[in-house]
Amino acid sequence: MMEREERRFVEVPRESIKLMAESIGVELSEEVAALLAEDVCYRLREATQNSSQFMRHAKRKKLSVEDFNRALRCSNTESVCGYGAQDALPFRPLKECELFFVEDREINLVELALATNIPKGCAETMVRVHVSYLDGKGNLEPQATVPTAVQSLSDDLLKYYQQVTRAILGEDPHLMKVALLDLQYNSKIAALLPYFVYVISGVKSVSHDLDQLNRLLHMVKSLMQNPYLYLGSYVRSLVSSVMYCILEPLAASINPLNDHWTLRDYAALLLSHIFWTHGDLVSGLYHQILLSLQKVLSDPVRPLCSHYGAVVGLHALGWKAVERVLYPHLPAYWANLQAVLDDYSVSNAQVKADGHKVYGAILVAVERLLKMKAHSLTTTAGGGSATLEGSVARSVGFRESSPGLSPPLEPISEPPLGIASHLHAGGAGCPWEDWTPVSLPAMYCELYSFFGDSLAMRFSTDSPQVGIPTALSCQQIHNRKEPASGATNLESTRKMPQLTANMNISPRQDESPHTEQPPSLAATAPGRSFARSSSSSVSRSRSSSSQAGRSSSQSREVFPKARFPPPQAGPPAFTFIIGGRQMGRRCQGRRFQTSFIPTPPLTSLPPRVYAHKLPVIGRVSKPVRRWTASYYSLYLPF
Amino acid sequence: MAAVQDGSTELDTEKETKPEILSDGSANISGNAGSGVLSSSPPAGGAQKPEEDQQTLIAVLQFLRRNKLTESVDILKREAGLSDDQENSKATDAGGKTDGDAGDTNALLSRVSIASAAAPQSAPLPLKSGDDQPDVRVILSAYSQQGEPPLYKVYYSDLKKFIESVLDCHRAELSQLFYPLFVHMYLELVYNNNESEAKAFFDKFSGDQECYYQDDLRVLCGLTKKEHMKGNETLLDFRTSRFVLRISRDSYQLLKRHLQERQNNQIWTIIQEHLYIDIFDGMPRSKSQIDSMSGSLAGEAKREVNKVKVYYGLLKEPEIEVPLDDEDEEAENEEGKPKKKKAKKDSLGSKSKKQDPNAPQQNRIPLPELKDSDKLDKIMYMKESTKRIRLSPENLPSICFYTFLNAYQARDTPLNLFLKLNLIDKESDDVLERIMDEKTASESKVLYGHGGPVYGVSFSPDRNYLLSSSEDGTIRLWSLQTFTCLVGYKGHNYPVWDTQFSPFGYYFVSGGHDRVARLWATDHYQPLRIFAGHLADVTCTRFHPNANYVATGSSDRTVRLWDVLNGNCVRIFTGHKGPIHCLAFSPNGKFLASGATDGRVLLWDIGHGLMIGELKGHTDTIYSLRFSRDGEILASGSMDNTVRLWDALKAFDDIETDDFTAATGHIHLYDNSQELLLGSYNSKSTSVVHLHFTRRNLLLAAGMYNSQ
Repeated sequence: MMEREERRFVEVPRESIKLMAESIGVELSEEVAALLAEDVCYRLREATQNSSQFMRHAKRKKLSVEDFNRALRCSNTESVCGYGAQDALPFRPLKECELFFVEDREINLVELALATNIPKGCAETMVRVHVSYLDGKGNLEPQATVPTAVQSLSDDLLKYYQQVTRAILGEDPHLMKVALLDLQYNSKIAALLPYFVYVISGVKSVSHDLDQLNRLLHMVKSLMQNPYLYLGSYVRSLVSSVMYCILEPLAASINPLNDHWTLRDYAALLLSHIFWTHGDLVSGLYHQILLSLQKVLSDPVRPLCSHYGAVVGLHALGWKAVERVLYPHLPAYWANLQAVLDDYSVSNAQVKADGHKVYGAILVAVERLLKMKAHSLTTTAGGGSATLEGSVARSVGFRESSPGLSPPLEPISEPPLGIASHLHAGGAGCPWEDWTPVSLPAMYCELYSFFGDSLAMRFSTDSPQVGIPTALSCQQIHNRKEPASGATNLESTRKMPQLTANMNISPRQDESPHTEQPPSLAATAPGRSFARSSSSSVSRSRSSSSQAGRSSSQSREVFPKARFPPPQAGPPAFTFIIGGRQMGRRCQGRRFQTSFIPTPPLTSLPPRVYAHKLPVIGRVSKPVRRWTASYYSLYLPF
Repeated sequence: MAAVQDGSTELDTEKETKPEILSDGSANISGNAGSGVLSSSPPAGGAQKPEEDQQTLIAVLQFLRRNKLTESVDILKREAGLSDDQENSKATDAGGKTDGDAGDTNALLSRVSIASAAAPQSAPLPLKSGDDQPDVRVILSAYSQQGEPPLYKVYYSDLKKFIESVLDCHRAELSQLFYPLFVHMYLELVYNNNESEAKAFFDKFSGDQECYYQDDLRVLCGLTKKEHMKGNETLLDFRTSRFVLRISRDSYQLLKRHLQERQNNQIWTIIQEHLYIDIFDGMPRSKSQIDSMSGSLAGEAKREVNKVKVYYGLLKEPEIEVPLDDEDEEAENEEGKPKKKKAKKDSLGSKSKKQDPNAPQQNRIPLPELKDSDKLDKIMYMKESTKRIRLSPENLPSICFYTFLNAYQARDTPLNLFLKLNLIDKESDDVLERIMDEKTASESKVLYGHGGPVYGVSFSPDRNYLLSSSEDGTIRLWSLQTFTCLVGYKGHNYPVWDTQFSPFGYYFVSGGHDRVARLWATDHYQPLRIFAGHLADVTCTRFHPNANYVATGSSDRTVRLWDVLNGNCVRIFTGHKGPIHCLAFSPNGKFLASGATDGRVLLWDIGHGLMIGELKGHTDTIYSLRFSRDGEILASGSMDNTVRLWDALKAFDDIETDDFTAATGHIHLYDNSQELLLGSYNSKSTSVVHLHFTRRNLLLAAGMYNSQ
C-alpha cells in the first residue's frame, strides 16, 4: 500500500520536516513530524493545483514560480521570494549524503562589473505577421523559392512546373524536347509564367554552363511561341535574361573551346524574335535595348566577345538598328579593332581570333544594312515611277519601304546632304535620337573604306539621270569632305565569287585600293542614282546578259540601263558581273557595281589599309572555313 | 445572492454582512449555497413555509453568532421577530431531526420510497432541503453519524457487483452512480478520521472511475484529513449541491429493489442525501449518450432547468435614417440558416421590420440610446458587410497570424502583452476607421494601473472604452481617447478571469475565481446582478448577441446561460470533460459553441437546450472560438498550435430536432468531426490564443511564440 501511495504523489518525508525544524531550532516529536509532513504535502499540492489555474488563464503551458506565488497569495499565504528567475533552476542531488538542493552559483560581482561584454537585456516583445492565403481547397500557398505571386497554384500546376523544369534542365535531350514542345503549346500554364520567368532569370547563375544557358534560352523561345501566353511585363525580364546571354562576358567564354559565339547568335536571334513578336508589350523596349547595346559597343574595356554580342544583337534587331547604332560608331570602333588585328604577337593570338569574329560580325551586319537600304530605296523607286522625281520621292520611299521588319521609327528626315559620316561617327556615344540618316552612297563609301572589297555588295557610284539637284548635292558633299575632285568615276566590272574563295579575291583587291578611287569618296555619288543601283543589286542574281532587254521592258528593269547613262558630269561607274559559283547553285553570275574616283586624297583613315586587311585575315587563320562558319552562325531568317 | 435583488427584509441584513462572509473562505460557500436555495424559492416574507424559513433563519443566526457578529444577530432577530426561545427550541429540534433521520434509517427509507412512488418525477429529497442547508457544520455532520465506515468497501463492491450483473441497457445508466457514490463514501471516511480505510477505499476503487474524472480524483487523493476538507471549497460545493443523475424509470426501480433487498441503507442514505436522481420514462440511454452528457462536477443538468423559454432571437435593428439597401445585413440572419437563401432573394427591407418570434421584447433589457456616432458606425458596418467575402467550405478565409515574440515568458508584463494583443484586435474590428490613427501614433499603448496580470479584456462596441480584468480582483474601465483609467470596479475578491462588454455597450459581465459572474453597468460601481451557481471558477463570460442573456463557462465543466433580466440560470450545459475556456455565440443567436481543456468543441442549441455537435480534433486546450461574421465557419484556436476551421452551417443543419429528443434531451451524436473539419493550419510553435473575424471575414489569429 505504501508503494501505491508513493506513486500517487510526491511526499515530503518526515525526516525533512524534522531537519527543517531543527534548522530553526525546534525539536519535533516523531508523531508531530509525521502529521506535519502530511499536512505540508497536502498544502503544497493544493497550492500547486491552484497555481495551475493561473497558468491556464495566462495561456501558457509552463507553470511559473509567479503562478505558484499567486496561488499562495490567494490562500492568504506569504509568497516565496527569490525564485523568479526566467531560466530553470537545476535541482541537484548530492550523492554522498542524500541531499537535494537548488543549484545557486555564486556570482562574482567584480567580474561582472568589469566584464566588457554587457549582457543583453530581455528581448523586446514584438509582433510578427504572417498571412496565409487559402484557396478554395484550403491549400496554403507555397512560400519557398518562388517569387511571391498572389496567384495560388494548384497541386497539378506545381507538379507540372517541377516536372517541366526538371526535364528542361536535366540531362535527357529527348525529355527536354518533349518538355519544350509542351511548353510551346500548353494552353493552361499562364499561372506558371512568373515561375518560369523566374527560372529563366537564373541564367546569371549558370553562366559557366553553356548547355544550361542554351536550355534556358530554348525555354524562352518556347514560352514566346506559346500562343496562349500573354507575356505582359514579363517580356522585360525575359529580354534582360536574353541580353545577359548576348552581352555578358560569360564565364564559359574563358575557355576558347567553348562555342559561346553560337550561344550569342542564338540569343540574338531570340532577342529579335521577342522583339518582333512581343515588343509592343513594353513601351520603350526597343530604345532600351539599343541603348544597352550601344553602351557595350562603345565601352573599350569590354572584351571582344561582348562587342561581338552587341554587333549580332544589333544585326538581329534589323538593319535600321545597325544603321543607327553600329554604323555611326564604326569609325571609332574600327581603330580599336584595328589595333587588335594588327598585333601579331603570339600572346595576342586568342584575342586576335576574337577580333576576327567581331570583324566578321560587323561585316555581315553592314552588308545587310547596305542591302536592305538599297532594297528599300528600290522598292520605293519601283513603286513610284520610272522617272524618279528626286530626293522627295526617296524620303517617302524610305518610310514606305520598311518591310515590316523595322520598328516604327520616327520618320526619317530629308536625305542627308551636309552631314559627313566621319564627323558624325566620332560621337558614337551620343544617343541616336539626333541621328540623321546617311545616304546610301555615303555610307557605302565609308564602309568600303573599312572593308574594301570584302563587302560582297557593289554599287555604282554614278549619278545617272538625276540631273542638277543631285549633282548639286553631290557637290556639296564633295565640298565638305574634300576638295571637289570632279573626277570621273570609272565603271569597272569585276568577277568576285562571293565567299567561296578568298584567295581569288585578294589579287583583285590588291589592285582596287590602288587603282580605284576609295569608296569613301564614292559617297559623293548622288542618292538618286543609288536608288537605281540598289535595285539592281536586288536583282543581281539575274544574269547580266538578260539585263539589257529586261531593263528596258519595265520601269523596274530600267534601272540597270538607267544606271549606265552616258556619263554626263558624274564620275564614271563600274559594273562588275561575277559569274562565279555561288554555293554551286547558280552560275549565272552576279553583277557588282562600284564607282571609283581616280585620285582620292587620303583622308584621315586611309582606306587601303583596311582593304589590305582582308587578305591578311585570309592568310592568318584558315579564312575560308571560319568565314563560312561564322556566316552560318549569323544566319538570320528574315 | 441573486436573491438580493428580491429585496426582502431579512435578506437585506444578509447583504450587509456579505463582505465579512466573503472574507472567509468557508463562509463564502455557505453564502453562495444559501443564496442558491433562496433564489430558487424566494421566502416572500416567510408566509408559506414558516417552519423551514425559521430553521433557515436560525441557521443564519447561529452562523452569525459564531462569527461574533452580534449586531447583525440583533438586527436579524428584530427584523424576523424571533425570540431567543424560539431559536433555541428550533435549533434543538433541527438537531434532533437530523439525529432522528440518521438513527431511524428504515423509517427514512420507507418514507422515501413512498414519496418516490407517489411522485417519482419530482425527486424525493426536496422535502429535506431545509435540513441540510443551514450550516456548514450541519452538512459535514451529516457524515458523522453514519454506520460502520469499514463496511463501505463491502457496500461499494456489492453495488458494483450488482450493477455489473444487470442487463446491459441498465448497466450503463446505473454505472453513473459509481462516481458520486465513490466520492461521497471516500469523503465520509475521511471525515470520520478513518484515514487508512479511506486510502484503501480509494486505492481499490479509484481505477474504476471514468477517465474524465481523473482530475477530480487527483484532488481527492491528496485529501486525507478532516481538516483538509474545511478549506477545500470545491469539495464543499460538491457536498452542498446534489450530483444530478439522469436515470430511466426501469433502471431506477431495479436499483431500488436491489437496495431494499440488501437492506443497504448506507448507500441508500447517500443517494437520498447527496444525489438527485432525475427519473425519466422511456428507453434507458446508451453508454455513449451518457458519456456525451456527463463529465461535469455536479453531474448532468436537471431537465426542468433547461425548460425555461429562452428568447434567443436577435433584436430588431434600429432604424437608421440613411438609406441603405444593405441595411438589414444582420436582420437577415435572424431566421437562421435554412431560410437564409430565401431571405436573400426576398425584399430585404420587409424582413428587417418584422419582429423575430424568438426575440425578446425590444425593451426587455433597457439599452442605451444610439448616439450619432453609433449610427455612423452601424452604417460603416453595413457598408463593410457588403464587401464581405462570403465564406463557404469552398471559400475559406485567409488567415493573418500575429505572432508575439519574446512574450511567452514575459510574465511581468502580461498587461502590456494582452493590451497589445487586443489593440490588434481592435484595429481589426473596425478595419478602416481607427486602424490608421493607431498605426500612425504608435502600435501599442501600455495602460498602467492593475496590480496583477490582466486575464481578460474587452473593447466597447463603440471602441471608446476598454475593460480589463485582472488578478487583483478589479475590473478597470479605460478610455481609449485619453488612454487613462476611468473606473475601477471592485466586487470580485479574487482574480477576475474574464470580462466582456454587451453588444450594445453600457453593460458588461465579469466572472472570476469567486465562482460568480457579475453584471455591471458602466455607470454603477456595484454590480447589477450576481449570477451564482457555478461550483468552480467562472472562466469565461459571453454576452448573447441580443444582450438579454449571459453565458458563462466554468471550471466545474458546465456552461450556464443566465437571464440578465432576473438573474436566473436558464440553461445548464454539461458534457465537457475539462474546464471551459472559451465560448462563442453564433451570429444568429441560436447556437453556442464552447471549447475546453479537453480539446473538444461542443455545439449547443440554446432554444432546445441540447447538445447538437461535438468537434474533435484539437489535442490541447482550446483558447479561442470565433464564428465568421455570417456564421458559416467556426474557427477554433488551440494550445496545440493549430487553427482549425469547421463547417458550422453543416453542423447546425444536421440537428435532429424531433419531439422525443427535444422532450427528453437525450441526444445521439454521431462522430462527424472529420467531415466538418475544413482545414487545420499549423504554426511552428505558437499557441493560438486569440481569433477574430474582421468585418470582411478575414481571420486574424494571435499567439505567443514559445521557443521551447
